[in-house]
Amino acid sequence: MNPPHIRRRSFPYCTSCLAVWAFLSTGTPAWVQGADPEARGLKIAMDARERGDGFGDFSASQAMVLRNRGGQESRRQLRLQVLEVPGEGDKNLFVFDEPRDVKGTALLIHSHREKDDEQWLYLPALRRVKRISSSNQSGSFMGSEFAYEDMGTPEVEKFTYRYLREEPCGDLTCTVSERIPVNPRSGYSRQVVWQDRDELRVWKVDYYDRKNAHLKTLSVADYRQYLDRYWYAGKMTMVNHITGKSTTLTWTDFQFRNNLNENDFTRTGLRRIR
Amino acid sequence: MRWRAARIHIVLVPVWVALFGVAPGSSAPPIDFDASGRLRLEGRWHPQSGAYPEQSGHASGVVAEPEFHLEDARGRSLTLTPFFRYDSADPRRTHFDLREAYLLLFGQSGRGEWELRLGADQVFWGVAESRHLVDIVNQTDLIEHPDEEEKMGQPMAHLTWSADWGVVEVFGLPYHRARTFPGPEGRLRYSLAVDTDNPLYESRAKQWHFDVAARYSHSFGPLDIGASVFDGTSREPFLQPELNSGGAPVLRPYYEQIRQLGLDAQLTLGAWLLKLETIQRSGARNILGVEQNYGAMVSGFEYTFYSVRGSAHDISLLGEWNYDGRGGNATNFFDNDVFVATRWAPNDVQGTELLAGIMFDATRSSQVVTLEFNRRITDRWSFSVESIAFPRVDESDILHETRRDSFFSFSFNYNF
Repeated sequence: MNPPHIRRRSFPYCTSCLAVWAFLSTGTPAWVQGADPEARGLKIAMDARERGDGFGDFSASQAMVLRNRGGQESRRQLRLQVLEVPGEGDKNLFVFDEPRDVKGTALLIHSHREKDDEQWLYLPALRRVKRISSSNQSGSFMGSEFAYEDMGTPEVEKFTYRYLREEPCGDLTCTVSERIPVNPRSGYSRQVVWQDRDELRVWKVDYYDRKNAHLKTLSVADYRQYLDRYWYAGKMTMVNHITGKSTTLTWTDFQFRNNLNENDFTRTGLRRIR
Repeated sequence: MRWRAARIHIVLVPVWVALFGVAPGSSAPPIDFDASGRLRLEGRWHPQSGAYPEQSGHASGVVAEPEFHLEDARGRSLTLTPFFRYDSADPRRTHFDLREAYLLLFGQSGRGEWELRLGADQVFWGVAESRHLVDIVNQTDLIEHPDEEEKMGQPMAHLTWSADWGVVEVFGLPYHRARTFPGPEGRLRYSLAVDTDNPLYESRAKQWHFDVAARYSHSFGPLDIGASVFDGTSREPFLQPELNSGGAPVLRPYYEQIRQLGLDAQLTLGAWLLKLETIQRSGARNILGVEQNYGAMVSGFEYTFYSVRGSAHDISLLGEWNYDGRGGNATNFFDNDVFVATRWAPNDVQGTELLAGIMFDATRSSQVVTLEFNRRITDRWSFSVESIAFPRVDESDILHETRRDSFFSFSFNYNF
């Protein structure tokens, strides 16, 4: 039966990827201008993936603050490790520190570009490693305004694209593109993404639900460059326009190239997590 | 808990120095110390009076399970998890155990990895929810909970190799832990008390028989599979009616030497989880006290409706069939039973979760209803309600003696 105090599925699909993802979506190189909007949108996404390649591995801490309409707050604290697997999806390991009733719970994800991701959950109370379904897309991640699919690696193959326009965003110039999830289980009909032209960073995403109502807005801030190349965001805020709730995700302690290898992302490795 | 953490630190540090020869903090690689755990206040109510006058209708209790962990920069670690339970009704349920006290080492070997765990530890094998059939390394702390999910620390040497061909584990188990059972004042017991202080063993070495176990496991795409073998002292005793030294009739636990082959598999297809656990066991006595080789299995599914009707709610349906080849001679009530359950998770901030299930005996009229509810109150406090009820128990069923012991329990948990 169920282990007490451990929620089965309250864990991120791929929070780590959010940072990568924020970076991965792209601006418009001048030479693709004039192409048809679909080809232009796709080109931007592929260009972004190329720019993100080669980070090797990284670890980071995440703090989430969940706010309801009345301003009441609840916190989540987690750690993660990400291993780049060239030509395939990344491997991600999440460890939960807070709330304390799920402390020590860990989630291992082997993500894939084409086939379904593989996920294992470690439940410390039972010392049990459980293979779990990866078909949950639109569900809330740990009660937050981030859905599982918002946390997932935005692999190029998981969307179709359409370039919309260019417009100023703060001091920068952003391209605005639309992307449509390929997965029929997605909770979204489309997403509109703002990215600066120079560094291909995502600054804002509007999410539209299946009825094409404007459901949520993600705002991204505090970008820092690592290894003189990779831009990762320090702060992401997701606002739900229907419920009035919001979630702020703060990233700290980024460390790159920790010599992580495949052995750190196995079911045996999962049992060692504290 | 700060003073307690500091004290344990003082105890653990000399152990560390003895093992690795370096005082924490004095050398370049830093040593991490972490203390966490849980405290629980619990009340259990039985709506029906007990079958025996010494039993009471309610019990209150306190559980403490702190965990102390010392780890160096290379990942070598020491873990210590004592467990203590106080129970107001059954003095035998007031008990202490070392759930974990082990040293962990690991490293690379070729493209793969090795891992060694030495000391008291816990190991889980299996995939099913209604019963953990292949899981055999640890003894069940049955007095702690009748669901057989609470396990006692098992002294062991546990060596693991893993690589892209899978995971191989071997276990040396030098000491047998006897199963706990409720005392005369406790509920959920047999008509005769179990004489847990005087167990009998088939082996002349008694509890010091050196048991061995091994397991191979691997993931093949959507299929996770495990094959295991255990050779040694049974974790499940045969309960032999006898007169104790005072002349009173008791059930005396008898631990046979058994061999068990186990197989567990799970196929994960979209929102479906298809599960199978099966064992073949030889050397164990059946309910009649006769040695009988047998096979048993549990097989079933779990299906989840995610984000039901556009809400945040998830609803899972579970169905499992338990079968034991000994039929009416089985030593448990899983001889031919169907378990159906539903899990509701609204994915709210409080992490609310409800699991409600019923186990039907397919050959008799017995039914067991289970209910579990959990909800966080704050980041540190949570609340849970649990019930096991026996609305119908057939007279020929092994559960018949506990038919008046349905209960509700309410607990507040402090997690630190």
